[in-house]
Amino acid sequence: MSVVVAKNIRKSFGALQVLKGVSLTVEGGEVVALIGRSGSGKSTFLRCLNGLESIDDGEIEVAGHRMSRKPAELRQLRRDVGIVFQSYNLFPHLTAGENIMLAPVQVKGLPRQAAREEARRCLSLVGLGDRFDAYPDMLSGGQQQRVAIARSLAMQPKVLLFDEVTSALDPELTGEVLAVIENLARGGMTMILVTHEMGFARRVANKTIFMKDGIIHEEGPSAEFFSAPKTPELQAFLRSEVG
Amino acid sequence: MRTFGTPEFLFIVYALRWTLTLTVIAFVGGGLMGILLALLRIARSRALRGLTTFYMQLVQGLPLLVLLFLCYYAPSLFGVEIAALTAAAIALTVNSSAFLGAIWESALRAIPRAQWESADALALTPWKTLRFVIAPQAIRLAMPSTVGFLVQIIKQTSLASIIGFIEITRAGQLVSNATFEPLKAFLSVAALYFAVCFPLTQLSLWLERRTARRGART
Ligand SMILES: Nc1ncnc2c1ncn2[C@@H]1O[C@H](COP(=O)(O)OP(=O)(O)O)[C@@H](O)[C@H]1O
Repeated sequence: MSVVVAKNIRKSFGALQVLKGVSLTVEGGEVVALIGRSGSGKSTFLRCLNGLESIDDGEIEVAGHRMSRKPAELRQLRRDVGIVFQSYNLFPHLTAGENIMLAPVQVKGLPRQAAREEARRCLSLVGLGDRFDAYPDMLSGGQQQRVAIARSLAMQPKVLLFDEVTSALDPELTGEVLAVIENLARGGMTMILVTHEMGFARRVANKTIFMKDGIIHEEGPSAEFFSAPKTPELQAFLRSEVG
Repeated sequence: MRTFGTPEFLFIVYALRWTLTLTVIAFVGGGLMGILLALLRIARSRALRGLTTFYMQLVQGLPLLVLLFLCYYAPSLFGVEIAALTAAAIALTVNSSAFLGAIWESALRAIPRAQWESADALALTPWKTLRFVIAPQAIRLAMPSTVGFLVQIIKQTSLASIIGFIEITRAGQLVSNATFEPLKAFLSVAALYFAVCFPLTQLSLWLERRTARRGART
C-alpha cells in the first residue's frame, strides 16, 4: 500500500512559484532521496507532506490521511508523519528524555511511565541510551540530531521525513547520523530524505529524485539513477556534486 | 510639637504594609492582565492585536500620575465616591498590565519560530505548545525584566500618597509635618524602600547573569 501519494503539487510564495506540479508515490518500506540544487523546491515539497506548508493545488494523502487545512485533521495526519529538521529544533529547556516523552504523553495520552520506557528504547535505537537526562546544550550536534530522530520515532510514525539533517553538522559527525538513518532503512522504515549526501542516497535510497526549478526533472531506482543519469542536467549536477 | 522618635518611625514602618498591599495587587492584577495581553498580541486575529496595541500604547503614553488622577476623580462624575486605595490599585494595575504585557510579549516573540514548528510537527495543539514548549522558555527569558518591573511598581506606589492614601511616602509626609523634621522622616522612608527593593534588584541581576551564562536553558 502506498504510504505517501502526492499528485501535481503546486505552491507559490508570493509571485515565486516554487513547486510547479510535483507528483510522488512512496510505498511502505521504501526510502526515497530528493536531490537537487539549493532553491529547487526540495524542502518546500517535503514540508508540504506534513502540512507545514500549505499547497495551492494538488492532492496529498499520507499514511491514509488526506491533507487538510482543519487543525484537528492536520494533527491526526501529523501523528503518523515524523519530520527531522536541519537545525534539530530540540526543546532546549527539556532533557533528551523529556523531549522524546512530550508528544507521546501530551498527544497520544501515554502514561508517563510507559512514555519513559519508550523514550529509553528510542534513545537506545539512536545509540544514546545513556544520555536520557542530558540537556540539548550538553550534546554535540550529531547527538542532538539523533535525539531529534528518536523524538520522531517515539510517535511510531508510518513515514519519516528528513530535511537536510546532516547539512549543519561537521563532517565527522555526519557519519553517526547517517548510520542511524541507514539502520532505520534496514528496519523497514518508510522515509523521504532531502540530502546532499550523494553516496548515501545511492547506497540507502531505493529511489532517487532530481528536482530542478520546482519540477521532478529525473527519477529512478538509485543504482541506475547514479550510474546512468539520462538528462544532461542531472549529469551536470552529479559532476558538480562529486567535485 | 512632637519630636522624631521611635513611635514616629514605627508609624512609617507600619505604613509599609499598605505599600506592599498596593504592590501585590498591582503585580498580581497587572500580571494576570499582562498574560492575557501578551497572548492576544501574538494571536492570529488582527482585530485583537489592534485592540491590544491601542490599549498598551495608550497606557504607556500616559504619565502614571495622570492615570491615577483619572481613576480617582472620574467616578465622581457619576456620583460615585471611590476609596484612595481602590483608585490607586486600579491605576497601578492598569499601568502594570501594559508594561508586563509588553515584556512578556517580547519574550514570547523571542522564542524561535522553529520551536513552534517542531511542536506543530509533533501534533501538539497550539495550547499545549504554548504551555509545554514556548511559555517555559519565555518565562525564563522574561524573569529578570519582570523582577525589575516589580521594583518599579514598589516605587510607583509612592504616587498614591498624592490622593491621600497612607503608604510609606504619605506616612513620611505626615510625620514630617508633625515633627518639622523632614530629613529624618524621609530618610526613614528611603531606608524602607531600599530595604525592600535592594534584594529584588540583586535577584534581578542574578537572574540576568544566570540567563546570560546558561543560554536558552536556565
Ligand atoms: N517561507 C518562504 N517564504 C518565501 N520564500 C520561500 C519560503 N521558503 C522557501 N522559499 C523559497 O522557495 C524556493 C525553494 O526553497 P526550498 O524548498 O528550500 O529549496 P531547496 O530545499 O531545494 O533548497 C527558494 O527560492 C526559497 O527562497
